Amino acid sequence: MEGNDYSGLKEKANIIRQHVIQMTAEAGSGHPGGSLSVVDILTALYFQVMMVRPEDPRWPDRDRFVLSKGHAAPALYATLAERGYFPVDELKTLRKLGGRLQGHPDMGKVPGVEASTGSLGQGLSMAVGMALAGRLDGRGFRVFALLGDGEIQEGQVWEAAMAASHYGLDNLVAFLDYNGLQIDGPVSSVMAPEPVREKWEAFGWHVVEIDGHDIGQILGAVETSLKQKGCPSMVVAHTTKGKGVSFMENEVDWHGKAPDREQAEKALRELRAL
Amino acid sequence: MNLRIATRDAYGEALVEIGSQNEKIVVLDADLSKSTKTSRFAAVFPERFFDMGIAEQNMMGTAAGLAAAGKIPFASTFAVFATSRVMDQVRNSIAYPKLNVKIAATHAGITVGEDGASHQSVEDLALMRAVPNMAVIVPADAVEARAAVRFAAQYQGPVYLRLGRPKVPVIFDEGYQFSFGRPTVVKDGGEVAVFATGIMVGVALEAAGILKDQGVDCRVLNVSTLKPVDPVALVEGARGCRAVVSAEEHSIIGGLGSLVAEAFGEHRPLPLRRVGIPDVFGQSGAPGELMEYYGLTPEAVARAAREAVEMAARL
Ligand SMILES: Cc1ncc(C[n+]2csc(CCOP(=O)(O)OP(=O)(O)O)c2C)c(N)n1
Ligand SMILES: [Mg+2]
Repeated sequence: MEGNDYSGLKEKANIIRQHVIQMTAEAGSGHPGGSLSVVDILTALYFQVMMVRPEDPRWPDRDRFVLSKGHAAPALYATLAERGYFPVDELKTLRKLGGRLQGHPDMGKVPGVEASTGSLGQGLSMAVGMALAGRLDGRGFRVFALLGDGEIQEGQVWEAAMAASHYGLDNLVAFLDYNGLQIDGPVSSVMAPEPVREKWEAFGWHVVEIDGHDIGQILGAVETSLKQKGCPSMVVAHTTKGKGVSFMENEVDWHGKAPDREQAEKALRELRAL
Repeated sequence: MNLRIATRDAYGEALVEIGSQNEKIVVLDADLSKSTKTSRFAAVFPERFFDMGIAEQNMMGTAAGLAAAGKIPFASTFAVFATSRVMDQVRNSIAYPKLNVKIAATHAGITVGEDGASHQSVEDLALMRAVPNMAVIVPADAVEARAAVRFAAQYQGPVYLRLGRPKVPVIFDEGYQFSFGRPTVVKDGGEVAVFATGIMVGVALEAAGILKDQGVDCRVLNVSTLKPVDPVALVEGARGCRAVVSAEEHSIIGGLGSLVAEAFGEHRPLPLRRVGIPDVFGQSGAPGELMEYYGLTPEAVARAAREAVEMAARL
């Protein structure tokens, strides 16, 4: 069990962040900013919350996680490798020809990947389907999903939001990676999604707002969400794009650009010093 | 020629040019303006640029409305998100009413590279060719891309313009004239005709060099309009040749390969080999590696041409 300072989980998150830097540097492309912003959520889910069996990744009763913002694949792959789904060594094959670790997650290739994503706005619908199936089969598994704040500009997200509350899916908990940035600039200036909380509430969701880098708050939000009866939950996680690497934090340019060797070294030094 | 320019760069440049000549030109994007190069237009004409956010279906519908109210909208995003993602909006809001919307899709084909299959359009031409009223244009290089943008701006009706991510060789000189609806011969030859589109035109020209060394006389045609095409004119392009080859950075189903098979099948049956992606999704990899992996190389085109000629000899 974790002590109250969650030092074990924090250490894990830090290692995953280092993988993200190394993987994208090695690949020469990829999305470090949006990967670094979701690491704490992924760590809390995979190392504390979710009931999974990495040695039996298709175990029918497993909890599911859908990375709707598929470009954060490096963070997902690093988390899965650290959790034991496949060798950590394989992380260096990210985006390489013939490899399993495609630029965006492919559920047919990677053990532990529950949905093929990359085309934004589609993951929540798949999570709704999984949650419906779980309830139909009388299985107790929970479904988690993670969306970007730019991603929720897609209309399909709100179709899924309506369906989830219509069907009262209390076995579904979604996270919004509210880092305030997309590609063309700040989310608020490209196509403002505000007010986010009120929108999800109006769609019938239970909403919790947290600091998405605070492991305690993430775990607390999951706990209260899973206690809700008859409605899905949205955890609005306030995050920092590029979290943990000073020169990447809140920099829109680090959305889809890999660090070069020197930048990667600098980033790793910073992370190791944390 | 050693000059290499991405067709998306030519697009961004041409947009500014047509934007300064015609006030009706408006540009829409879906959070990819730096990649599609519409950011250049946005910088010069901010009031005529609309970033619609990550909401491609709404972008296409909005473009339809702008066109219905007299504007000439150019709507841009990656080819996967400009076609399959928005197919019904394109079909029912744009093509059916024949509205004057230009869909300029960048990052087409597998040369998107490392992002992988989710971002690589192998079927966009098949989808767009199947929609009535839609003109489908695939420039071979930056010169043709600029000309195609100018053409699209003055053409009345919906256009799908297919553009690429990587820098590709410049084939044409400035004397080049855009030819809508008709393939043009870019290298003459008498034995086998290679019909190529997009970046495969440059590849086919290299293949012609290989074939020459092997004693095969090959003609290369640029099919930059995939629709509308006069099939008789297309077939005439191979006059005198014994065999034909199609070459495209797209699935062999539904794109240029199908167009060539349809035209020759109905008007002048000839042995045919199709070079393209063999009905599979792409994958992550460097663009050059992927072109190699899927057989979109000068060597592969040359091999297909030899096979087509051998097939003709057996008939
Ligand atoms: C349907 C679709 N349109 C466009 C893209 C290209 N794209 C990839 S990431 C991204 C921005 C995402 O912003 P956000 O959801 O805020 O993610 P984050 O900030 O967490 O990286 C875009 C437009 C895509 N992957 N899918
Ligand atoms: Mg964001």
